[in-house]
Amino acid sequence: MNQSAPSAEMAAPLMPSPFRLVLTLGLIAMLSGFIIVLVHQVTAEPIARNHRRALEAAIFTVLPGAETRVSFALDGETLQRLDEADIENTELFAGFDGDGQLVGVALQAAARGYAGEIRVLYGFDPAAQAIIGFTVLQSSETPGLGDKIESDPAFLANFEQLEARLDPATGDIANPIVTVKEGEKENPWEIDGISGATVSSEAVGRALRVGTAEWVPRVMRNVEALRSAKTGEGPS
Amino acid sequence: MTSATRATPPLDRQTLTEGLWKENPVFVMMLGLCPALAVSNTAANALAMGLASTFVLLGSSLLISLLRNFIPKQVRIASYIIIIATFVTAVDYIIHALSLELYNALGAFIQLIVVNCAILGRAEAYASKHPVRHSLVNGFGMGAGFTLALVMVGAVREVLGFGSLFGVSLFGDQFQPWAVFILPPGGFFVLSLWLVLFALVAKRRAVKEVRHGT
Repeated sequence: MNQSAPSAEMAAPLMPSPFRLVLTLGLIAMLSGFIIVLVHQVTAEPIARNHRRALEAAIFTVLPGAETRVSFALDGETLQRLDEADIENTELFAGFDGDGQLVGVALQAAARGYAGEIRVLYGFDPAAQAIIGFTVLQSSETPGLGDKIESDPAFLANFEQLEARLDPATGDIANPIVTVKEGEKENPWEIDGISGATVSSEAVGRALRVGTAEWVPRVMRNVEALRSAKTGEGPS
Repeated sequence: MTSATRATPPLDRQTLTEGLWKENPVFVMMLGLCPALAVSNTAANALAMGLASTFVLLGSSLLISLLRNFIPKQVRIASYIIIIATFVTAVDYIIHALSLELYNALGAFIQLIVVNCAILGRAEAYASKHPVRHSLVNGFGMGAGFTLALVMVGAVREVLGFGSLFGVSLFGDQFQPWAVFILPPGGFFVLSLWLVLFALVAKRRAVKEVRHGT
C-alpha cells in the first residue's frame, strides 16, 4: 500500500527546477480547461432550455387565463414583434386568452434584496392599469424568512390587483407602488409587507415601482399594437 | 460494494468502510461542515449535495491518484485545488442542466465544494499516496459517508422544520413548522443531537465491554 511513499520521501530534499513546477501547473491547468469546456459544451443547451422553460411557465402564472403569448422587444420607443422562440431578446410577453383577447403583458423587474438580486416577473393588465400576477424568477433570500416573498399567500394576494395607473396629465405613474408594513395597506397601489421579511418585501416593491415607472407608459402608448398582435400579424 | 472489495487482495473492506463510519467526514472528523450545515435543510437538498460532493471526490481522487508521481511536492496543493475546482465547475454545470429548481436551492454551496476540506483532505492524505483503484474505493466510501451524514441531518431538519420528508408531507395541515430547524442554527442543533446520540451509544458499549471483560 505504501509503495509510492519512499519515492516521495526521496524527492523531498532535492528541489525540482522551477521550470518543472511551472510545467506541471500549466499542464494541469490545461487539462482542467479541457474538461470544463467539454462539460460546458454538453450542458449549455439543457441549461438554456431549463431557463426558457421556467420563464415560459412563469408567463402563464402571472397572466391568469392566458393561453398563448407573443414576444416583443423595444425598438426606440415602439414595440417590435419578435420571433416566438427568441426568448433571450424578449423584453415583453403579451398573453392572449382563447378568444384572442389581450389578457395582459408579462414584464421582468429586479431589485437588490437581503441576499443578492431578486428577479421577478409580473403581469400588467392595460385595461385595468393594474398588476394582475406576480412570481419570483430568482432570489437567494433567507429560507423561512425572506423567501416568503415566493410563497406567503397573504403577500401574493397583493398582486391580484395592484394599481399601476398612469396620470393622464403627466404620462407617468400616478401613484408609485410602495411596500407598507404588514396590515397597513390602505390604497390600491400599496403592497402589504411581510413582518420578518421587511427587506425582501420592500425589494419587491422597489422592483415593481422602478419596473412599472419605466414600462407602463411604453405599454400604454403601444396598447393598440399589442391588442391586435394576435389577429393581425405584426402590425407594428 | 462487495464487487469492488474482492477485485484486489490488498484492497480490503476497510478502504471502503472507514469513510462510512469509523472516519465519517462529518460525524467523526468534523470536516466539510460548511456545506453539511448550510444545505441540509431538506433531505433532498442534503442528498443532492452529498452526491455532488461524492462526484467531486471520485473525480479528483482519480485524477490526483493518476498524477501522483508526476506532481512535484512543492506544487501539490495548488495542483489539487485546480483539479478539485475543475470537477466542482463540472458538477455545477451538470446540476444546472439537470434541474433549475435544485440549482437554485443549492445556490452558492455547489461552488463552495471547492473549499470542502473533506475533499482536499482525501487528496492529500489518501489519493496522493495510493494507487487509482484504492483511491477510487476510498473516495467513494468517504463520499457515501458524507452523503449519509448529510441526509441524516437533513431528514431530521426537514421533518421538524417543514413537517415533510423528501417533500412528502407527514403531518396534516395543523402542523406548525419549527422554523429554526431550516435556518442555519438548526443545522448545528441537529448535528449536535446526532453527536450526543453517538456518544451515548459509544459510552454504553464501552461500559458493556468493561463488564464482559471483568
